[in-house]
Amino acid sequence: MSKLLKAAQAGTVESSDILISLMPAEAATGIQVELVSPTLQQYGKHIKNLIIETLVFHGIEDVQVYANDKGALDCTIKARVKTALERAGE
Amino acid sequence: MKNSIGREIPDFIPGLGKVTGFGGAFAYKPVGRTAGATLTTCLPRADKLLASIETAIDAVGLKDGMTISFHHHFRNGDRILNRVVEAIAKKGIRDITLSPSSLNTVNDALIPYIEQGVITAIETSGARGKMGRFLTEGHLKKPLHIRSHGGRAQAIESGAIHIDVAFLGAPACDRYGNINGIQGQSACGSLGYAIQDAAYADQVVAITDNLMPHPLFPISIPQTQVDYIVVVDSIGDPTGIASGALRYTKDPKELLIAKYAADVLDYSGYLQQDFSMQLGSGGASMAVGRFIKTKMLERGITGSFGVGGMTGVFAEMMEEGLFKMMFDVQSFDIPAIDSIKKNSNHLEMSASYYANPHNSGAIVNNLDAVILSATEVDVDFNVNVITDSNGVIMGASGGHCDTAAGAKLTIVVAPLLRGRLPMVKDAVQTVVTPGETVDAIVTERGIAINPKRLDIIDKVKHSGLPIMSIHELKDIAYKLCGKPEAIGLSDEIVGVVEYRDGTIIDVIRRPIL
Amino acid sequence: MEKLRRSMMFVPGNNPGMLLNAGIYGADTIILDCEDAVAITEKDSARNLVFQAISELNYGTEVAVRINHISTPFGWDDLKRVLPAKPDLIRLPMAQGPEEIRQIDEFISEAEEKNKFPAGSIKMMAAVETPKGLRFAYEIAAASPRMVALAIGAEDFIANLKTTRSKLGRELLAARGQLVLAAREAGIQCIDTVFSDINDEEGFKRELELIKEMGFDGKSVVNPRQVSVVHDFFAPTAKEMDHAERVLAAYQEALEKKSGVISLNGKMIDLPIVARAERTLAYAKAAAGKGGK
Repeated sequence: MSKLLKAAQAGTVESSDILISLMPAEAATGIQVELVSPTLQQYGKHIKNLIIETLVFHGIEDVQVYANDKGALDCTIKARVKTALERAGE
Repeated sequence: MKNSIGREIPDFIPGLGKVTGFGGAFAYKPVGRTAGATLTTCLPRADKLLASIETAIDAVGLKDGMTISFHHHFRNGDRILNRVVEAIAKKGIRDITLSPSSLNTVNDALIPYIEQGVITAIETSGARGKMGRFLTEGHLKKPLHIRSHGGRAQAIESGAIHIDVAFLGAPACDRYGNINGIQGQSACGSLGYAIQDAAYADQVVAITDNLMPHPLFPISIPQTQVDYIVVVDSIGDPTGIASGALRYTKDPKELLIAKYAADVLDYSGYLQQDFSMQLGSGGASMAVGRFIKTKMLERGITGSFGVGGMTGVFAEMMEEGLFKMMFDVQSFDIPAIDSIKKNSNHLEMSASYYANPHNSGAIVNNLDAVILSATEVDVDFNVNVITDSNGVIMGASGGHCDTAAGAKLTIVVAPLLRGRLPMVKDAVQTVVTPGETVDAIVTERGIAINPKRLDIIDKVKHSGLPIMSIHELKDIAYKLCGKPEAIGLSDEIVGVVEYRDGTIIDVIRRPIL
Repeated sequence: MEKLRRSMMFVPGNNPGMLLNAGIYGADTIILDCEDAVAITEKDSARNLVFQAISELNYGTEVAVRINHISTPFGWDDLKRVLPAKPDLIRLPMAQGPEEIRQIDEFISEAEEKNKFPAGSIKMMAAVETPKGLRFAYEIAAASPRMVALAIGAEDFIANLKTTRSKLGRELLAARGQLVLAAREAGIQCIDTVFSDINDEEGFKRELELIKEMGFDGKSVVNPRQVSVVHDFFAPTAKEMDHAERVLAAYQEALEKKSGVISLNGKMIDLPIVARAERTLAYAKAAAGKGGK
């Protein structure tokens, strides 16, 4: 899967969670991540990179991501991205 | 210059002048004499009663550049501070230094007066909410001057703070100015912080909604210190002054931290017949009381005294005979207010008696143990309770560094993580309490004992508690969260944190948000 | 020495905050729940989150996953996703008979081989929640060498019995008794149901007293606050410990003397008594290990 079939979401906006929204994007537009987080200064770059890495790992090339973070750890971010991807590919 | 804990402090701070850097918790030796109020007289049969706050401002001759003080015993129910500043602004007086014992979120209403230049300096314990953010952004002309409760008492007595006029909310006040905090619709219990201001301010205006016949009984602040009295409809909103009984937390993580803290206290050997303690406010530190109580009952021991901002939880222990007495500088909930009213062994004390390092011995010096909360701690055991992880002012110094310095055993409780942010770090954002006065850091995932307390390390070694080095504890946090990137800071100093002895332990630089 | 499972604490599988802290309360086993605690629409989220949590959070205690039953659309997918993270234990709800245990056993064997885990390293337990399951309790317990425990799930069981739960728990007496018998016959542990009113500490203690008497090895708990209460209850008294130590000393002495007969204070001691003494001391050791006086 290099492209999303449809928009999808996973996660919540509860404390320690992250809400990941994926939207299909035109070919060759790449992975665009918009991140809202209380730890933007401390972990913003890291979280964006982690989202991109997870998407790339699953073969995604073009997607728009909106991430509303509430202090999620890496394991949660990966799980939510993966779930959103599965939902987008159904 | 770098002070003794390695914080970069300028010799000269705009708005403050030349400052002395912190040199160690007990390094500074005070010199000179105590300051005092100007001499005055009150002729027999004079009437202290004035018609309004406006009249009182005229009567005391308040002018541009003066310092006014307030107590924070009404917490978020306070109807005095905002009201007085509003009246001052209407009279066109400017450049006022505000010196309240603390600020609460209700005082966010002062922001416009800072913008207008009515208030150009604030010296207090800390700030929260919108005000904290506003001050962090550097809108106040001079840097916010943060002092601990003991440090404020020290500064008032040394003259570092000179209060021109104290406007003191008085839950009960007679016609000649005797005041207590325990009678009337706005009862707040102890008036510990106000006692300090009344004794040293040049002029004192009592503002009351409960004028009583002379003489009032009991008396907390005597008529000899009160110049004028103003009666208003309401000085405070009772629901904001004190909550119903503060109960123990039910949060399992806080309870776990509390249990560990009680165990550390126990294994350290301080939980003995006639021991004394203070419990900070905050879920985990308060809950330690529950576990200590169980241990005391099991072992059949009783304590000597409790100190602090008092709660009904402590009053209950005293009433059950588990403690002989309580020293109360500030009563936190309705049961504590009721207790100080009815229990003769529940004593009101001044801020100086509580925590001033430059008198002949504050009660914190007699403490066996104190349990304190923290926003962040670092590998040098330094504690931050003022700024959040983004460098924004959101807390108050309170009695944190005072009790830590005084007690034989200082335990700091904090969650290891808040959201994704580690609370044990390489370096805290702002130091309020120096690590040399902190003996143990207790989190839900591990306990670190200050390496200089070899005696305690030895005692907890075989306890089965999760004892580890502070670096190991930090590593657990960093392993879960990742190492946080440092936040961006400007060179502009928006706050200074004074240690209790008057030296500067840290400064708050405006974060680039 | 057999693994202690005094407390098996359920943790909602789709709650990141609770998963993060699941390991800090000292529960003997944490059960990351993909079943009842997770809404139908979030089953996929939960299994992904549980997989990541086991892979990355070092829990330092036994980690179980409660999967959805394999007769639902979620059960096999749960297994497929979580097994590569190597949970210690898979807990099956609503066990009805030995066949499904064997099916899961086979599935786990394949996953172990594929992921190069030692064969048999992932254990299983099953919760009996229906009269039919209870009738087959022994067969369920003996259906796979992976099986380490039976548990009773009271809520569904009571509903099936057409009665309600009471304070004294008489409605569960027969089921609890039979379940202990089946587990003991199969040589595995037996774990009691949850007590969900976390504010009723007295009721909780009454129930603990009952199940300890009946022979249960531990209890499922829903709130971290219950863990230490359970452990205190299963901790042997000083008298029990003293007796156990003396039994073991006598046993040791008999071994050294190569004497066939063991006796303590003139009373014959046989091997079951020795085994019980060992168990008593294991509980005591576990109780002492978590700190605190």
